[in-house]
Amino acid sequence: MAVAEGKTSPGTSESWHGVVLQTLKRNEVRLVPYVPDRVLTPLIKNLHADPFFTTFATAREEEAVGIVSGAWMGGMRGAVLMQTSGFATLANVLASLAIPYQIPLIMFVSERGTLGEFNYGQSLVCRTMRPVLDSLAMEHHTITRFDELEFIADRSIKQAVTTQAPVALILSPLLTGGKIFDK
Amino acid sequence: MNNDNPVRNTKVMNRFDLTSRLIAKLKNEEAVIGGIGNTNFDLWAAGHRPQNFYMLGSMGLAFPIALGVALAQPERRVFALEGDGSLLMQLGSLTTIATLAPKNLTMVVMDNGIYQITGAQPTPAASVADLVAIAVASGLTNSSWAADEEDFERLIEESMSATGPALIGVRIDDKPGVGTTRRDPVQIRERFMHGMGVREPL
Repeated sequence: MAVAEGKTSPGTSESWHGVVLQTLKRNEVRLVPYVPDRVLTPLIKNLHADPFFTTFATAREEEAVGIVSGAWMGGMRGAVLMQTSGFATLANVLASLAIPYQIPLIMFVSERGTLGEFNYGQSLVCRTMRPVLDSLAMEHHTITRFDELEFIADRSIKQAVTTQAPVALILSPLLTGGKIFDK
Repeated sequence: MNNDNPVRNTKVMNRFDLTSRLIAKLKNEEAVIGGIGNTNFDLWAAGHRPQNFYMLGSMGLAFPIALGVALAQPERRVFALEGDGSLLMQLGSLTTIATLAPKNLTMVVMDNGIYQITGAQPTPAASVADLVAIAVASGLTNSSWAADEEDFERLIEESMSATGPALIGVRIDDKPGVGTTRRDPVQIRERFMHGMGVREPL
């Protein structure tokens, strides 16, 4: 069950989404377009509630990557939120925009398809994610533990910016509680 | 290209000519984002500026990239040049732009009804859809077809003082781009960031 999500104080460091929000803020990551996901809902809600952030839904994950890429070149940092199946739509834009143009694209991917997945299609698409990341030699981390979340997220954002390279931070159901089969 | 469609009363123009007319109007270091293929080839050929960004892939993302620049720098005018085939890949982005409504974004759709660069195959929209009508229906109410070159220049001027995003559709011929962008993504990005005042030259 969603242990960390149970503590839902908005924007505080007591929940996984509170840590993500505070880490984005501390690193001046203001622009957060997303394609929504059930697990990301409390994070998205709190981003909208905080005037520090410009956050909005896009029709496709690719579009969000284009937006934060443009914003980076204009001097504003951004991050994209999505779920596993959304990541699966990104191979072309990673290989033709983010990586060759050396853009520090920061992605948070809510992981579906494992640890209790109930939709076969989700479990299959999940298996494509790490091979795609590895085939492009992209930095990626799967965050499973609350006590490691801040360190991994903070260091990864800083590394992306300083090395001008994209990073994918995969939020495991072990961290977030995931989406539960309830029928 | 369907030149026989009776509802069309717009002149068939030329991409390089229109791009050159746009560039000639820019006096305030405006950003210009050129979409994949001929659109950025003609932007390159119209005379390189550090404020130009040339896409070498990621088909369909000229408007989203331009939106990002416009959000990051609300005081700078941002232009985006996109082909009709490219726009068809990201029609949803029109609704995102309409929702955010940046007043400093002008979008130009170069519509020849074909994928010129791959062998001039007609797009699925060519004989059935009106891209400007799609933009209006997506919430971009300040969207119009340019009747001719003079009208294009007028619409560009008008967009520079508009209170919301503007989209201009232009019907163009089937000519390829007249130049070829130097394909060096890091250099393109770095020079663009200099042009945006974000980076100092090395």
